[in-house]
Amino acid sequence: MTATDVKQRTAEGVEPRGIARWFSGLNRDKLEQAVVGYLFVLPDLIGLIVFMVGPMLMALVISVTNWKLVGDPQFVALQNYEALFTDPKFGASLGRTFLYTLGFVPVIYTLSLGMAVLLTRKSRGNTFFRTVYFMPVAMSLVVAGVIWRFMFDPSNGLINVILSGLGLPTSQWTGHVQSAMVAVLIVSIWKGAGYFMIILLAGIQDIPSDYIEAAQIDGANRWQAFRHIIMPLLKPTSFFVLVVLTINALQAFDQIYVMTRGGPAYATYTTLMYIYEKAFREWNFGYAAAMSVALFAMIFVLTVVQVRYFRAGEVKA
Amino acid sequence: MKKSPMQLLGTGLYYAVALLLAVVFAGPFVWMVSSSLKPANEIFSNPPILVSDNFSLDNYESVFEKAPFERYMLNSFIVATSVTVAALLLHSMAGYALARLEFPGRRVLFMLIISTLMIPFYTILIPLALLVRELGWINTYWALIIPAIPHAFGIFWFRQFFLGLPSELEDAARIDGASRIGVFFRIALPMARPVAAAMAVFFFLANWDAFLWPLIATTRQEMRVVQVGIQSFTGEHGNAWEEIMAASVIAILPTLILFFALQRFIVDSVKMSGLKG
Repeated sequence: MTATDVKQRTAEGVEPRGIARWFSGLNRDKLEQAVVGYLFVLPDLIGLIVFMVGPMLMALVISVTNWKLVGDPQFVALQNYEALFTDPKFGASLGRTFLYTLGFVPVIYTLSLGMAVLLTRKSRGNTFFRTVYFMPVAMSLVVAGVIWRFMFDPSNGLINVILSGLGLPTSQWTGHVQSAMVAVLIVSIWKGAGYFMIILLAGIQDIPSDYIEAAQIDGANRWQAFRHIIMPLLKPTSFFVLVVLTINALQAFDQIYVMTRGGPAYATYTTLMYIYEKAFREWNFGYAAAMSVALFAMIFVLTVVQVRYFRAGEVKA
Repeated sequence: MKKSPMQLLGTGLYYAVALLLAVVFAGPFVWMVSSSLKPANEIFSNPPILVSDNFSLDNYESVFEKAPFERYMLNSFIVATSVTVAALLLHSMAGYALARLEFPGRRVLFMLIISTLMIPFYTILIPLALLVRELGWINTYWALIIPAIPHAFGIFWFRQFFLGLPSELEDAARIDGASRIGVFFRIALPMARPVAAAMAVFFFLANWDAFLWPLIATTRQEMRVVQVGIQSFTGEHGNAWEEIMAASVIAILPTLILFFALQRFIVDSVKMSGLKG
């Protein structure tokens, strides 16, 4: 009863007054919504088209030319792509990119998850520990790379001093072909673990605690509760984290540039490093663009595979 | 209540692991600050010196003497702040329109915007560099600010927020005769403060920390941002670690302050990036 009253009164209120009555045909509000809607979306839309979609299409165009800093670019069809297949440097850079990814994703995921689980325990100090683990988020990859390069100093760096103090073998770290990638990985993992810990922690906290309590009443221990309750329910978050980690790993640049410049002896020379040098050291835009498109295509396929794999796992579970 | 031995063991283990991790994550910060205060001859002393009697701010002085770090900081500040302000305004407007206003093509536009999330930065790097050069923006703030503003993530999050926001207040204002634009700026936008705060932190941090794009878009020293500045400082003063550490402290001080002052919003922004649409 009162509801209808309100409705009628509101309907009266909507009735336009004065000159607006002239335009109060069916479409006045629709028109306003459309005008304001386009007005509000337009600046961002132009920005995205000019600075993202356009450049993406341009990358495809540039990749089929021999565009260099000087001279007019000419259409070369798929020559750049053909050259990629026989370029040992490209193949090796891809290998290192995937090696980096394989070293990065499982370790940082496990560490972040472990820290998230650790912090779900109801203990004093949780807030403090969370803040500390999360602190590297306040630091850029460049600064992280600089600090760790200092600590990894082969002769008297802090890490080697600690290692030898503990009676453990020391390493040349960024100074040696076999350890440089490990050093870069340690920095990347150190820098990112807290960030992904927060995402996973939020995911775990979204799981209703009744589920875990019910399992514990049924006699499940902490490990079983983790394995059979938390992990399956955390799957969407885990999946998201794994996809983002993979994408991040495949385009790692800052810390590598700062720590090793791709060296020593190309030991950390990833594809993005190669793209950067081809384009902005050798000024060979055509070839570099072809590499970037090829890398994008490979990552795209990889992501699709990941999604498929995840979906398949869902059906099974 | 008394704890059983097993519980005590569990608690002990928890603190042992948690503390070990804390040392690993906080250690480099502590070592950076300590080294930045030391004289050169104590930098690589063995056993390492954490707190020295010879602590001083000399290294900080020489950093500012050797490189225009105040200029780098100013550049980073101008860029990060401008991008953040513009991004918040434009993304909140676009997000609001896509959530609240009915207009033809809305769904298609939203799909188009979201699909740009798939475009990786390394693929558009070269065309973007050529575009910016064509526009004559190399070594200008424009090159650092304008391309960093459009970001589907920001639009997406404002849209999500407005979709979940009850529209009663806005409806009431409309009944009182407010225009759609007025409703957005006076009613809806002020209510979006929590998302806006998290977004602001996200954009500020991302742009303060940006390295690859400023490295390409600027060549002159006075246009360097702090990340590029610090990297070139390490190149030019390769062995003066005490000064490089002082420069590093300078470079992260603003974000570290931001981190401790606005940690809640930073955590919010990270959680938001983790939620699936």
